[in-house]
Amino acid sequence: MAVEEKEMPWVGRSVKRKEDDRFVRGGGNYLDDIRLANMLHMAILRSPFAHARIESIDTSAAEAVEGVVAVVTGELLAEHKLAWMPTLSGDTQAVLATDKVRFQGQEVACVVATDPYVAHDALELIDVEYEPLPVVVDPKKAVEDGAPIIRDDKEDQKDNRIYHWEAGDKESTDRAFSEADVVVELDTHYPRSHPAPLECCGCIADVNPATSKTMIYMTSQAPHAIRTVFALVTGLPEQNIQIISPDIGGGFGNKVPVYPGYVVATAASLLIGQPVKWIEDRTGNLASTGFARDFHMHGELALKQDGTMLGLRVGMLSDQGYAYADAQPSKFKAGLFHVVTGSYDMPAAHVVTDGAYTNKAPGGVAYRCSFRITEASFLIERLVQNAAYELGMEPVELRRRNFVRPEQFPYTSVTGFVYDSGEYAKALDVALEKSGYEQLRAEQERLRAEGRLLGIGVASFTEAVGAGPSRDYDILGIKMFDSAELRIHPTGKAILKLGVKSQGQGHETTFAQIVAGELGIPPEDVTVQEGDTDNTPYGLGTYASRSTPTGGAATAVVARKLRDKAKQIAAHTLEVSADDLEWEGDRFYVKGAPEQAATIQDIAFAAYTNHPQGMEAGLEGVTYYDPPNLTYPFGTYVVAVEVDAQTGEWKVRKVVAVDDCGVRINPMIVEGQIMGGLTEGFAMSAMQQITFDEDGNCMGSNFIDYLLPTAWETPTFELHATVTPSPHHPIGAKGVGESATVGSPAAFANAVVDALAHLGVRNIDMPLTSGKVWEAMQQARSS
Amino acid sequence: MENKTISVTVNGGSKASEVEPRRLLVHWIREALGLTGTHVGCDTSSCGACTVLLDGTPVKSCTMFAVQADGREVTTVEGLQQGGKLHPVQEGFKEEHGLQCGFCTPGMMLLGAALLEENPDPSEEDVRWAISGNLCRCTGYQNIVKSVQWAARKAASEQSGVNA
Ligand code: FES
Ligand code: FES
Repeated sequence: MAVEEKEMPWVGRSVKRKEDDRFVRGGGNYLDDIRLANMLHMAILRSPFAHARIESIDTSAAEAVEGVVAVVTGELLAEHKLAWMPTLSGDTQAVLATDKVRFQGQEVACVVATDPYVAHDALELIDVEYEPLPVVVDPKKAVEDGAPIIRDDKEDQKDNRIYHWEAGDKESTDRAFSEADVVVELDTHYPRSHPAPLECCGCIADVNPATSKTMIYMTSQAPHAIRTVFALVTGLPEQNIQIISPDIGGGFGNKVPVYPGYVVATAASLLIGQPVKWIEDRTGNLASTGFARDFHMHGELALKQDGTMLGLRVGMLSDQGYAYADAQPSKFKAGLFHVVTGSYDMPAAHVVTDGAYTNKAPGGVAYRCSFRITEASFLIERLVQNAAYELGMEPVELRRRNFVRPEQFPYTSVTGFVYDSGEYAKALDVALEKSGYEQLRAEQERLRAEGRLLGIGVASFTEAVGAGPSRDYDILGIKMFDSAELRIHPTGKAILKLGVKSQGQGHETTFAQIVAGELGIPPEDVTVQEGDTDNTPYGLGTYASRSTPTGGAATAVVARKLRDKAKQIAAHTLEVSADDLEWEGDRFYVKGAPEQAATIQDIAFAAYTNHPQGMEAGLEGVTYYDPPNLTYPFGTYVVAVEVDAQTGEWKVRKVVAVDDCGVRINPMIVEGQIMGGLTEGFAMSAMQQITFDEDGNCMGSNFIDYLLPTAWETPTFELHATVTPSPHHPIGAKGVGESATVGSPAAFANAVVDALAHLGVRNIDMPLTSGKVWEAMQQARSS
Repeated sequence: MENKTISVTVNGGSKASEVEPRRLLVHWIREALGLTGTHVGCDTSSCGACTVLLDGTPVKSCTMFAVQADGREVTTVEGLQQGGKLHPVQEGFKEEHGLQCGFCTPGMMLLGAALLEENPDPSEEDVRWAISGNLCRCTGYQNIVKSVQWAARKAASEQSGVNA
């Protein structure tokens, strides 16, 4: 390394994580680690049927169990107008079922007891009589005439259609297609998946009857928004509600929504007057909480013979489950799916999306993804590869020919996104060089001659993250700004309070580094506090790679505000005019006389002991940052796989990932995020999916049926970077937590398909299990 | 069934208590002893967040009843450090960014520590195999492997330092 770590600027340095000390000692403070006096335990009874009418619920035997304090049913909640609650997409969802159950695993009743084992014992004694109803599992059938209506509880709902939404322009797209030399089509399903953070969801509701204060400890990625939703749902005064998100054992979008367990535990605590803890089990987590993806996609790409892209047409049907509960900006019904033109200068595009109710769990969360961008990125990168086959072109050359060029930025896409900055060809070149792409292609030829199947897959993705500018982005009407409050104490140490909430992303370190970069206070002297709604400024939380673009920006801006004030204080203590002062690292000095200086620590002390008359004392500030635009990280991933020609099994040979997320605040943490994301991408392409049988039984409700990659299957990754700063972010950074999950599934799928491309194989839906790959080979060989 | 009295050596100290025979070891460790570094991540003995060492061997403590640990020795993450000094795997995880959310970390570190007892110089493949019974949803494992190997080097250098 050329530069000594010690001399590097704080932003850009791989500072070891401040939070790790407690975690490696077993001293993390996760939800289930919290214990309150007189705390009771709640367990949830779930529906065994995907669709059934509830005839009766008999709770008497459960209530008789020693240690059971209460059994809560939908009927009881209905008396308090709490049987239904709003979803983050403005639909409704049952808290506890009253009339019908509409998916397997739906919450039917809750037992509150002195001990969790007792609560579970009592669940088994609740007697529910169901009358099974016809089940709708296929969204295509759900929208057919005559399909059983799932949401008959909603007066105006006469079918299973939820929304119809279009983006782009039909007319110009039709024209583009009429002028095309070649049109390639792809039908594919992005399977239903579940984020499955290692820690399940849970809460402890503590309603104090004496003070009316409602404290809720909750595994929430967005505690402030949840507080507001709770106030609206329950009618409790918002100032009496305090949500505390402690350490969170992974979120990945799963911990954004409000779940029935939170509401029932709170209601139970209110009624009983004691704290109530609810810890979800894994089956409950996988079967009932926010799933992701489940898009049935049809894409068409129009090109000229020379490879120039003319237009893109997409039709999409989303399987939403029984409630429309996407956690996403309310203006966009299919999230940011319309960023589907990806890295390409696409003259025309038209996107039509529909949402359908089925008898499955609600969700549609942004699983390590900026609101459905994962599906979009997958579709375009798969289409491009197939187009290259059709045209007889090298896939990377087809990409290169159509990339948005550096001089076109800021670039406005046909579906309305303004890309901030990018150097797509540069990232591609690095990826090709580092992966030895040409040699891989040569080797592929050689091996094919021997009957061996090497496949090389590429994805050059662009993401749109950091929601978002208030003119376009809100959830339930709350604008998606974020906030930072910085207080510098007299001794020059600081506390930074944020509206976002880490679930492992390393905020305690990264955001302290931003303060250090702006003010020269070393990161170890900056405590970062998040997740306590009474003690942090309002913000929309952490998901969709928004923390650095919004909370990180707010941190830089508030630090700069304090630096401006610090300058006035320094002028006062140094007895010079502020105009004569220059900032360097951690101090103001007098121009031409650097020995006359006041460090930030000197200034902080003066702010409380010797501030100029007429100026407010102290060195504190708060900023609400409304980003002018999203940020657009990008990159190219190259994956090489070898497919077994007999069995269809495939092994990853090489993964080379080049990411450009603008300025990297902490490269070590950035790389950690990318490796995690690549693993998710591999998982989607290879194994992860939740399916249902025709009766609506969930086939992925535990870690035996829902396969997640272990260290043994997970490939080794090689990471590289290019750096194209965001022009509008205060420190040039872009979001990165999800780039690899968004970009890499197509690279893996493209690699496997590429191994079989010479046989005529053009598509295998994810996950590309050996069985499906084998079938594709068989079909190709026999046709 | 009647409660049983068990006596278990936990992190070097003797712990005796009355316990329901059906109570899982992980719950006894967390609830009765208050050692909350041992986590629960599933209901099917799949994730390994609950891993502890039983007489030095890694076990998933959700797979055992507390009564089965009677008379035996249990090490949890809280027992990894000695006299306030972190175990090399603990240092390794900090140095190599082997954790993100930290939920799998206690289990992973205990697997690493047990591996190093048997194999002081494990290859990447050795480490991947040793930790393959546990899940991590954040890191993609690569840095966990590096963390354990960092610990191996650290332990080796400490060893040679002692011998010199
Ligand atoms: S809690 Fe998952 S294996 Fe023990
Ligand atoms: S660090 Fe989060 S599960 Fe491993």
